[in-house]
Amino acid sequence: MATPTPTSNQTPPGGGRRGAVALRASLRDPGFWSNNAVIFGLIVVVVVFTILSPSFFTAGNISDLLVSAAILVVLAVGQQFAIVVAGIDLSIGSNLPWAAALLGFAVTHGWGLPAGIALAIIGGTAVGVVNGLVVTKLRINDFIVTLGTFGVMNGLALLLTSGNSVPVNSGFMQDLALDAVGPIRYFWLVALAVAVVAYVVLFHTRLGTHLLATGGNRDAARSMGIKVDRIRIIAYTVSGLLVGLAAVLLVSRTGTADPSLQTDQLLSSIAAVVLGGASLFGGRASIVGTVAGALLLTVLINGFTLLDISQYYQPIAVGLVVVLSAVLSRFQR
Amino acid sequence: MIGENVGEQANTLLEVVDLDKHFGAVQALSGASLALSRGEITALVGDNGAGKSTMVRCITGVHRPDGGLIRFNGQEVRFHAPEDARALGIETVYQDLALVEDLTVWQNLYLNREITRGFGPLRLLNKRAMIGAAEQTLTRLDVAVPSVKSTVRRMSGGQRQSIAISRAISWGSTLVIMDEPTAALGVRETRAVERLITRLRDEGITVLLISHDFDQVMRLSDQIWVMRQGTVAGGRRTAETTGEQIVAMITGVNGGNGAKPAE
Repeated sequence: MATPTPTSNQTPPGGGRRGAVALRASLRDPGFWSNNAVIFGLIVVVVVFTILSPSFFTAGNISDLLVSAAILVVLAVGQQFAIVVAGIDLSIGSNLPWAAALLGFAVTHGWGLPAGIALAIIGGTAVGVVNGLVVTKLRINDFIVTLGTFGVMNGLALLLTSGNSVPVNSGFMQDLALDAVGPIRYFWLVALAVAVVAYVVLFHTRLGTHLLATGGNRDAARSMGIKVDRIRIIAYTVSGLLVGLAAVLLVSRTGTADPSLQTDQLLSSIAAVVLGGASLFGGRASIVGTVAGALLLTVLINGFTLLDISQYYQPIAVGLVVVLSAVLSRFQR
Repeated sequence: MIGENVGEQANTLLEVVDLDKHFGAVQALSGASLALSRGEITALVGDNGAGKSTMVRCITGVHRPDGGLIRFNGQEVRFHAPEDARALGIETVYQDLALVEDLTVWQNLYLNREITRGFGPLRLLNKRAMIGAAEQTLTRLDVAVPSVKSTVRRMSGGQRQSIAISRAISWGSTLVIMDEPTAALGVRETRAVERLITRLRDEGITVLLISHDFDQVMRLSDQIWVMRQGTVAGGRRTAETTGEQIVAMITGVNGGNGAKPAE
């Protein structure tokens, strides 16, 4: 017993001929393509844009591209936590500007930048906690609850700021967005740290197993004594926390705290998770996939801009890519 | 009527005395009594609605009985939640099995009892230890799965049932309750699960088996309790009864009332 079954994307050791045979076999297997679709998609769009635009595959462009991807990576990893427990976090679209507005509010009222950053992260986290509590304690559908907080936080952010963006002039924030350790930009490090921590938590801790179990089969998890309400609250709290962190990055990058809705970021965060191969029904997660999904969406937008394609085509392309990936996922193993 | 015989009591693991339970106007159990002997397979049979499920849910702490008492190891016990029963070593394998399909076999075996290493908040899963122990458990119980690292989604119905049963006994439980363990299985898989059930008895575990499969009950059990209309109509040693007798007790023909199991 306990002989491992060969899976589609596992090349048996021994290499050489057997490896080639296995590779050919997996190339013919639709499961192989759909399991790694987002990686192939990313490679394809990078190659296509490199051919079409000479300025795409340059150090400067790639560096900036990865900086703008960093915010989406952080948001998408947060979204992944909500989705893995079979939930969804629509409130990201207004929690992001809300947390940014808190940062701007603190700075304009002279509380200082550290207080502003702390306030943004606490404010974002608080929205996550509320989402989790309402979803579990009042037993209301995730979609409805986060749609509700989406509206409420939008209003609160506009009330707090009277609808005005405020500039956040800070050397630290500018350095965060522009500076680097050697060629490594600070933003990449933040996104990488978030992805690595999320990966370790999801796949190497009890909490991660309980998140996956709660999303995969809530009744079974409950039968085994897992406190599923607590696990779901934690998932939404992590999502809110990462929105707060993303808001700090956003303010740093744009230099302003803008209270207006970030619907694009919301849709892209969900799209990145779907592209990454996670199940919207919960129980399956992929941090590598989610990061690749976020990169793919950012590359698409960047390439379109370089090619001077009207930005009105961008949402169409993003939408088609997401639907295509969902179709591919039907072949998933 | 049960426990009059002192010699029998010493070997009794679980005893249910005059249990009552009603849901609104419906009397689901009225004065139902039975006993399980240590290290035996006891079958609980009866028509739909006879009260088998309510009985099981009282024993496992899902329902609280309105009257009567439950003794476990000679001590009266009151369960407020399934965790209370589990803490005493009473595990239940429900029909839905409570497995998470997207998790691996070893993750399911160790769900919520994960082995970790490290300190404080930095505790990480000790995957190697859990995989090794899961393989050992399944080998010992002669449960064949392709790999403990495969997801449960890839497993057949019989394999899933065997995994759920293996999990139930992995924690030093003394009593395992199984609700229709082979209802959804084919012939060959049924045999494999039945072999596993007899193996549990060989390991000294007490089994309460709820089954509609008459042949199975006659084949596996040491003792049969028959429920009818919310009460226990009687019990028989399997070796000393026939299928006809049990059917008569289930349907109430030829009055099986108050029959006491022969030693």
